[in-house]
Amino acid sequence: MTKIDLDKTSVRSLNSNLQDNKDNSETLIENPKGKHNLAVGLTTEQKVHIHGHVGYYCAGMNQKANILIEGNAGPGLAENMMSGVVKVEGNASQYCGATAHGGLLVIKNDAAARCGVSMKGVDIVVGGSVGHMSAFMGQKGRLVICGDAGNALGDSIYEARIYLRGTVESLGTDCIEKEMKQEHKQELRELLNSAGFDDMSLDGFRRYGSARKLYNFDIDNAY
Amino acid sequence: MCGIVGLYFKNNNLDDKLGYFLSDMLVEMTERGPDSVGFAIYDSVAKQGMIKCSILFGGVDQGKTFDWDLLKNAINKDFGSESVMHVYGSHAVLELPTDSKSISKWMKVNFPELSLISSGKRIETYKEKGLPKDVINSFNLTNFKGSHALGHTRMATESAVTTEHSHPFSTGDDICLVHNGSLSNHNTWRRKLLKEGIPISTDNDSEVAAAYFNWKISQGNSLDESLKSALVDLDGFYTFAIGTKDGFAVMRDNFGCKPAVLAETDDWVAMSSEYRAIATLPNSEKANIWEPIPGKIYSWEKTT
Repeated sequence: MTKIDLDKTSVRSLNSNLQDNKDNSETLIENPKGKHNLAVGLTTEQKVHIHGHVGYYCAGMNQKANILIEGNAGPGLAENMMSGVVKVEGNASQYCGATAHGGLLVIKNDAAARCGVSMKGVDIVVGGSVGHMSAFMGQKGRLVICGDAGNALGDSIYEARIYLRGTVESLGTDCIEKEMKQEHKQELRELLNSAGFDDMSLDGFRRYGSARKLYNFDIDNAY
Repeated sequence: MCGIVGLYFKNNNLDDKLGYFLSDMLVEMTERGPDSVGFAIYDSVAKQGMIKCSILFGGVDQGKTFDWDLLKNAINKDFGSESVMHVYGSHAVLELPTDSKSISKWMKVNFPELSLISSGKRIETYKEKGLPKDVINSFNLTNFKGSHALGHTRMATESAVTTEHSHPFSTGDDICLVHNGSLSNHNTWRRKLLKEGIPISTDNDSEVAAAYFNWKISQGNSLDESLKSALVDLDGFYTFAIGTKDGFAVMRDNFGCKPAVLAETDDWVAMSSEYRAIATLPNSEKANIWEPIPGKIYSWEKTT
C-alpha cells in the first residue's frame, strides 16, 4: 500500500500518480484537510482510501476505482461518475452523484440538497436523509434513501427510480409514489446489500418515479 | 464567489490567539476571494460612557495617505482628551465619549473623506482591497485578541473592487454582516431603505442587506426576527454571517446554493464557506461538523 501525505504532496501530483496506477494497488491518502478535487479522473481498478474530510468534487468522473472517504465530503462528490464505487463514512454536501452515469455511490449518513441531480444511471444509497431537489431530472439509475427526503423530491424525473424509507417533505412535479412489486423488493435488497446495509429491513420502503406527464407537450403546462 | 469565516470561543482560554486563527482561516479562503479581505473583531469592552469607532480612509486605493494627527487633534478638541486613537495603516480605531449617531454626523461634517465603518462597545472593523495574505500582514491580524470574529474574502460579482466595497458592513451598534452570494432585488431595497433614512454609501448589494438588518433591528425586531423576514424580503442567493456583541449567527437562503459549514468543539464554534478553512483550527479533526440547513438560523451567544 502506498501512503500519500497531502501535507507534503500536492493534489496535482497525487492525482497524476493515481491516474497512472495500473497495477490495482491500494493508496492511503492522509491529511486531506478539505482539499478540492482529490482522486478525480481515475480510470483503472484500484483502491483509494482517504483518511479525513475532503472538499469539492472528490472522486469526480470516476471509472472502475473503489474510493473510500473516512470523513465528510464537500459539494460535487463523484460528479459524473461512470463506474466503480465511492463510499463516504460521514455526510456529503450538495449535488453528490450529479449527472453520474454508472457505478455505486454510498453515503453512510446524510446527503445535502440536490443529491443525484440529473443522475444518468448511477446507483446511490444514502444511509441517512437527503436535502431538497434530490434526483431532480433523474434520467436513469436508482436512489435509495434510508432516512427522510426534503422538498421537491424527484422533480421532473425521467426514468430514475427512488426508494424512500422515511418521510418526504414534498414530491416534485411529475414525481409519484408507485407500487412496490416483488421485482422492486429484490432490486432494493441487492442495492442495500451492495452498499453494506445487509441488516436493514425492507419494511417501510416506498418506491417513487415519474408519472410521465411531462414527456409530451401539454398546453396546460405552458405559462 | 466569496469566502466567509466566523470564529467564536466558548471560553476565554483562546482569546489571545483569535487573530492568529482567523488569519489562517482567511488565507485558506483566498481562492474564493482574492480581491479584498475584511474582518470584525470583538475585543475588550469600551469604558463606561465611551464607544469604539472604526474609521477607514478609502483614499488608500488611490495610493493616498491620510494625516491621522488631524483627526486626533479634532477629536481631542471636540470630544475631550480622554479619547484614545490607535492607527493601523488606512484605519484608525477610536474610543471616545459619544454615541454612534453623533460621531457619524460629526465625521460627515468634519472629515467627509473618512468613513465610519463600525461603532459599538466591542466591535473593531478592518478591511482593504488586496490579496488576503498581504492585507492581513499589513494589519498584523495575528496579534489581535478577542472572543469572536467574522471575516470575509471577496471576489466581486455585483459591484466594484474597492476598499469601501469590502465586507464586513456595519448594521448598527456592535453588529456587522458578511455575505457570500448575490442579491437580485438590492436596487429596490436600496431605494426603500434610503427613503426610511437608513444610510447606504456604496452600490454594493451586501451593504443593502446590512442596511436592511439595521432598519429591521432599529424598528425593534430581534436579530432572529430580522433574519426570518430577510428570507422573504431579500431575493437572491446568500449565506449571511452576522456578528453581534456577544456572539454570531449564520443563515443560508432557502435554495441553499451558497455553501456553509459549521463546526463545534468544546472550545470553539466556527463557520466557513468551506471545511478547509476550519481544518486550520486546533482539534478540527475531532469537531462535530455539519452543513447548516437552508432557511434555518444558527446562533451562538455568550450570556454575560
